[in-house]
Amino acid sequence: MSEISPDYFALFGLPRRFGIDEADLDRAWHALQAEVHPDRHAHLPDSERHRAMRGALRVNEAYATLKRPISRARYLLDLVGIGTDKIDNTAMASGFLIEQMEWREAVEEARAFGDVDALEQLALRLRMHIDEVTTLLAEQFDNRSDREAAADTVRRLMFLDKLRRDIDDGLAALDD
Amino acid sequence: MALLQIAEPGMSAAPHQHRLAVGIDLGTTNSLVATVKNGIAVCLPDEEGRALMPSVVHYRDDGGRDVGRAALGARVADPRNTIVSVKRFMGRGFADVAHIETMPYIFEETPGMLRLRTVQGSKSPVEISAEILRVLRRRAEASLGGELAGAVITVPAYFDDAQRQATKDAARLAGLHVLRLLNEPTAAAVAYGLDNAVEGVYAVYDLGGGTFDLSILKLTRGVFEVLATNGDASLGGDDFDHRLYCWVLDQTRIDPPSVEDTRRLQMKAREIKELLSVSEEAPFRLRLDSGLSLDLTVSRAAFAEMTRPLVQKTLAPIRRALRDAGLAARDIKGVVMVGGATRMPHIQRAVAAFFGQEPLTNLDPDKVVALGAAMQANALVGNRKPGDDDWLLLDVIPLSLGLETMGGLSEKLIPRNATLPVARAQEFTTYKDGQTAMAFHVVQGERELVADCRSLARFELRGIPPMAAGAARIRVTFQVDADGLLSVSAREASTGVEASILVNPSYGLADGEIADMLRAGFERAGDDLAARALREQQVEAGRLLEAVAQALAADGDLLDAGERAAIAAAMARLQGLVDGPGDTRSLADGITALNRATEEFAARRMDHSIRTALAGHKIAEL
Repeated sequence: MSEISPDYFALFGLPRRFGIDEADLDRAWHALQAEVHPDRHAHLPDSERHRAMRGALRVNEAYATLKRPISRARYLLDLVGIGTDKIDNTAMASGFLIEQMEWREAVEEARAFGDVDALEQLALRLRMHIDEVTTLLAEQFDNRSDREAAADTVRRLMFLDKLRRDIDDGLAALDD
Repeated sequence: MALLQIAEPGMSAAPHQHRLAVGIDLGTTNSLVATVKNGIAVCLPDEEGRALMPSVVHYRDDGGRDVGRAALGARVADPRNTIVSVKRFMGRGFADVAHIETMPYIFEETPGMLRLRTVQGSKSPVEISAEILRVLRRRAEASLGGELAGAVITVPAYFDDAQRQATKDAARLAGLHVLRLLNEPTAAAVAYGLDNAVEGVYAVYDLGGGTFDLSILKLTRGVFEVLATNGDASLGGDDFDHRLYCWVLDQTRIDPPSVEDTRRLQMKAREIKELLSVSEEAPFRLRLDSGLSLDLTVSRAAFAEMTRPLVQKTLAPIRRALRDAGLAARDIKGVVMVGGATRMPHIQRAVAAFFGQEPLTNLDPDKVVALGAAMQANALVGNRKPGDDDWLLLDVIPLSLGLETMGGLSEKLIPRNATLPVARAQEFTTYKDGQTAMAFHVVQGERELVADCRSLARFELRGIPPMAAGAARIRVTFQVDADGLLSVSAREASTGVEASILVNPSYGLADGEIADMLRAGFERAGDDLAARALREQQVEAGRLLEAVAQALAADGDLLDAGERAAIAAAMARLQGLVDGPGDTRSLADGITALNRATEEFAARRMDHSIRTALAGHKIAEL
């Protein structure tokens, strides 16, 4: 099998932390894909093409994982043994859940009325909220090394991300 | 443009033979073939100097067939057997095609991909497209003076798996070695981006004869990264003709026209549409078979008004692509216009209004896709020399891939806009004791219900080792390659047994059908299938020997003496077979043996190049 490093951060030559420089990640991704992308091996023997394909798949998987804050955070937790099950089974504080219901009601209402402006306002507000929570997450991971708290925040972010996708779907449905 | 500052793997150290490679734009209305000559991409014209070949095929009742310009005359004279815009039928079922009632063809409502009944029998859209590709291949071979090593065929970015597979099958049927399917907007971006040395985020608005794509690309130091793509695989210039055609029928209140008159009216509609791009009004004058004479004047404003819903329809995919890319219209540095239909002034105005800037129209919207494809083909066959432009294309899958789950829901496996190649593995278990087979239904699309998505294929896994219910753990891997084509593999995790997979494509051709078509094609061409297979193996063996020799020259120091000797022995054996009397089977075995002998070497080379790439990356940062 491939000898490519198993740790996605090491694969891209990045420090193993939540806060990463996205430009660094992009540059490293481009440099690696320039080596392993199938187009670079189209005229080479099968053995090299298969090898390169495996490398390209892995590099893209690693990139997709580190690129998005949520999957990056989950991956970081995974590396220290806080797996998906544990995150998925965390009970949420009731205050957060009430907040979620309010968001959802606002989204449902805007969708029902076909109100694009309202949906876009909600999307904007949500984006700002997600940014705040992500900043908190960076603090928990990189400054306080409080993984339990980080796991809780990741769980919240996952709710917010689902909400974001629902708003996007609502907007997409109203595009036509 | 600053280029990738890294050594290219497989870049030949020794000079080698220039391989003939072409890019083909297989369009709804017109098709083109282009190549790179002396470092410059050029379209290859026909004998009369015309680059565009109409995508029209006429099956004559004497058993002959005309393709391209030669078939144009038959559009009205023999509409049933003269197929235009066949691209609209690729990988599509009868129920999928818009305005099918105004088409003169006799459709066969077979399950899966539709078929057309012609005077020469039942034809699949794949076979009809292959006729077009075959003529372009011959044009290229005559012009370049040799057999083609390979071709890049362009497809709309929004084509789903079935439409891509149909295109690839058509190319195979036409005797082309497909290096790659390339998305049309990406091909255009390559031609435009390299020519103008641009950097930043660009949108490509590609409205062809029958398809619409909107791709957003980030161009950085020779990397073309598609951030998002969206579109409508059945919206194009043809629909504008159709609106005008309907408007004329409405204005004149004539009886439903005959198939011949329908063709006449449609052709006239296209002519008027094109005229209105250069003048303010155009006369719609036509004498019909029915004896009726039409005489109307169409103004540019009236045409813009009647086709406004179509222009609006292109804006929704732009909004979706921007949202997926996390960008706003103002973040786009430039909008590249591609496809003949973008000549319509009201489209240019709508795009300018949406993006708040004039679109870039300083390139030939008909040719740019073929030119970009030719550049990519040239790179893929290994013709690039040190110092030449170097680039990397990172494209995406346009539509999410999902698996049917309980209740007819689609569970998304691979999200839209994931960078290719991409793979996802999923584990399944058996629900009955001793169960040895399992079925999956793969769909493509964004909707939650399977019924609202495109059915791609049903896969049947066989050869699962019999175990107690729930004990078998079958890991199924769905992989989408750089062409955007799906493949599926499966393995039982506890025993490592590879399960065999039977694929039933919903809108494609089974492998057996392709083989039959190939055989029929060769027989008709008087070609000897066995001789051709032997020649292909010889070419493949030569290619492999050359590649291994180059790899040894570049990285031979990664091997010890014993390993070198083993590879040298496998090379000598294969060389002996190439020089020998020629036997397809033993050549194939020799190729497999050499591939196997170089596997470890390939692994070390890859590892080495990755380490070098990252080291280079760090140095560049200092």
